[in-house]
Amino acid sequence: MSRRVVGPFNRVEGDLEVQLEIEDDRVTGAQVVSPLYRGFEQMLHGRDPFDALVYVPRICGICSVSQSVAAAQAIAALQGVASPPNGELARNLILANENVADHLTHFYLFFMPDFAREIYCAEPWYAAAYRRFKAVEGSAASEALQARAGFLHLMGLLAGKWPHSLALQPGGTTRAIEAQEKARIRSILFAFRQFLERRLFGDALENVMALDSEQALATWREQAAPESSDFRQFLQIADALELAKLGRAADRFMSYGVYPIEARPLFRQGVWDGAFGELDPTCIAEDISHAWLHQQNGPRHPFEGVTQPSLEVPDAYTWCKAPRLDGRVMEVGALARQVVDGHPLVRDLVAHSGGNVRNRVIARLLEIARVVVAMEHWVQALRPKEAFCSHAPMPEEAQGCGMIEAARGSLGHWIRVKHGRILNYQIIAPTTWNFSPRDAQGVPGALEQALVGAPVRAGEVDPVAVQHIVRSFDPCMVCTVH
Amino acid sequence: MGSSEHQQLNLLWLQSGGCGGCSMSLLSAESPDLFTCLKGAGIKLLWHPSLSEESGTDLVGLLQSIADGDLRLDFLCLEGSVIQGPNGSGLFHRLAGSDRPMRDWIRRLCGLAHHVVAVGSCAAFGGITSGGGNPSEACGLQFDNAEVGGLLGADFRSRHGLPVINIAGCPTHPNWVTETLLQIAMGDLQQGDLDEFGRPRSYADHLVHHGCPRNEFYEFKASAEKPSDLGCMMEHMGCLGTQARADCNTRLWNGEGSCLRGGYACINCTAPGFEEPGHRFAETPKVAGIPIGLPIDMPKAWFVALASLSKAATPVRLKENATADHVRVAPGNKGREK
Repeated sequence: MSRRVVGPFNRVEGDLEVQLEIEDDRVTGAQVVSPLYRGFEQMLHGRDPFDALVYVPRICGICSVSQSVAAAQAIAALQGVASPPNGELARNLILANENVADHLTHFYLFFMPDFAREIYCAEPWYAAAYRRFKAVEGSAASEALQARAGFLHLMGLLAGKWPHSLALQPGGTTRAIEAQEKARIRSILFAFRQFLERRLFGDALENVMALDSEQALATWREQAAPESSDFRQFLQIADALELAKLGRAADRFMSYGVYPIEARPLFRQGVWDGAFGELDPTCIAEDISHAWLHQQNGPRHPFEGVTQPSLEVPDAYTWCKAPRLDGRVMEVGALARQVVDGHPLVRDLVAHSGGNVRNRVIARLLEIARVVVAMEHWVQALRPKEAFCSHAPMPEEAQGCGMIEAARGSLGHWIRVKHGRILNYQIIAPTTWNFSPRDAQGVPGALEQALVGAPVRAGEVDPVAVQHIVRSFDPCMVCTVH
Repeated sequence: MGSSEHQQLNLLWLQSGGCGGCSMSLLSAESPDLFTCLKGAGIKLLWHPSLSEESGTDLVGLLQSIADGDLRLDFLCLEGSVIQGPNGSGLFHRLAGSDRPMRDWIRRLCGLAHHVVAVGSCAAFGGITSGGGNPSEACGLQFDNAEVGGLLGADFRSRHGLPVINIAGCPTHPNWVTETLLQIAMGDLQQGDLDEFGRPRSYADHLVHHGCPRNEFYEFKASAEKPSDLGCMMEHMGCLGTQARADCNTRLWNGEGSCLRGGYACINCTAPGFEEPGHRFAETPKVAGIPIGLPIDMPKAWFVALASLSKAATPVRLKENATADHVRVAPGNKGREK
């Protein structure tokens, strides 16, 4: 057996290191290390609750709005304030804008360039993958950046700017738009839809959403040449490299639910482990036995959570806590969201091969189609001249939580206020779930499990299979340890 | 560097104690997009954490060849604060795949770079990461908040002879970054083009107030009272646009946005120490009903006199619209005022 340290990883957001145990050209064990600590939960202590709206988006530049929405929802719970319909729609549009832009960034800039690596140069699909997806130079890079930048003009209209907006308030949004701006948002969405249909999918969004089984997906794929769309090209590579057999974790999935319209989310809340189950948020607890944090007796619910760094922990190897639901490891992200929500294609894929590199990417792309279509409906429902924001006083003492879905999965903020000031603020980010270390029982986190069995090719220092598995989760390390 | 037009300029981008938001903002560069922009200026991305193929040992090898002097480093861009904690050890941020604090790599590479660029308020001054008691002991490359020093010290000069160029902002506008890099590449950026905090004067010589669509409300002190109101946000909502040095309302963000256009206060994010204003961000601190922070370069007595005069003259239209979320009273026609 040999040990190997892989890092720094790039094309993930933030800092990541993975320590591998390798035997007979296979990974037999992994430890995931988050090597950066900043201490946002400490910084928020004692502040006015509204100041969290300035601080939390700055935890992460790629999940900035997600952090704002979670904080706004937590503060709304403190105040007992509800958004008017326009506020709810605008918040959904802003969050969806970030989440879809993030999926696009992940696919084109973070994930696909690995298939243009020299290690694959003998593969029959390589030349096309190189031309299209080579980092920085491939034809897709500039195209995707332009589509992304145009799509993010929605932020300019609804949220002032991205990242780091203060438009997201507990009672709605600060920017009431007029009918002409509603029209502009529609045309921004239309332009983005065109990019998706021409380049990413090579088909109408509705046809992608309607794929209802692995067989239907295979049939659809055969209808055109691999190079006719980026999705088909990915499916071809995924087949050739058997990405459906790579990176399986615990196959227990969780989603907090997201994009509510009149309290009914577009994607439902729940858990999936072969069957649907309701989610009980009181069963969430964070274990810190393997983190460089002052130790405590057993895992704690985030309302009772403490974050105090300490390098004096013998078993620790990361700054990341280990969140568990009812003591169990959960996988979060687009795949989890879609399987929990019950999309037939994703349910079928998971039934056949579980959570893996291929299925995570398919779910992300499917979600792009589903969310953009939903955004078109939300824009249509906006009513100019009516309110976008409600207002309410802040109580002296209260507690509340905001549980939403960011691009990378379930994001929760738990806040307690005393004497009008923040007494405790705890955050569990999506990648905290996926990239958690072992817990006190020695059970590895989702990525740590997913890496076991990964093949190591002859002569590889930074195994490419490990890179695919890590990036298939679209990790956000700056959120993970905040 | 102006004479070396045909030579490729190498740019290395590193991240430390920050959020990556300046990179995310930079990727929104338009007309042209980022890659086209850099290519046109002859700037080669040696490595960027979000964009490059190289990972792991390839990157450590690249850093080593710069450190050994085998590879010329024209631009070193740092995004995120320098992390010094705990207890000065730098161990709150260790470069993955190595046993060394990131701080040590940054210091070493800064000494070799022809230009050192701090991208964002974190890298420039410490920024948000240094807020709230600064648990990670974060500082900027050449400033610790408003105090010159930081990691590199007051006397630091890059190989080209300039101090650290502080493209402050939280986040930075994509064009602040691209235009500064391009000016350097063209040999058009000198010491005199930087202000007292090392910020490019190209954007720091302006005020956020310039071009604010709420200027008429400001003139008549018709003020917003709650989020989503249309009025001026200086009197009650904590807006620092009349003091903040940046061109956010003439340059615009993500098409046609800015903080003020988005309906919320400017928090002066290009300034050192913006993260600790000493009061709630969304509330204007006052003494005897007068905001403590007055518009920059404005004598207090004149401000008070003009404010009370203009308040008395506020048209009904502005008074009504200031506390509404859309225009309730349209402008009248000339000659038809009552």
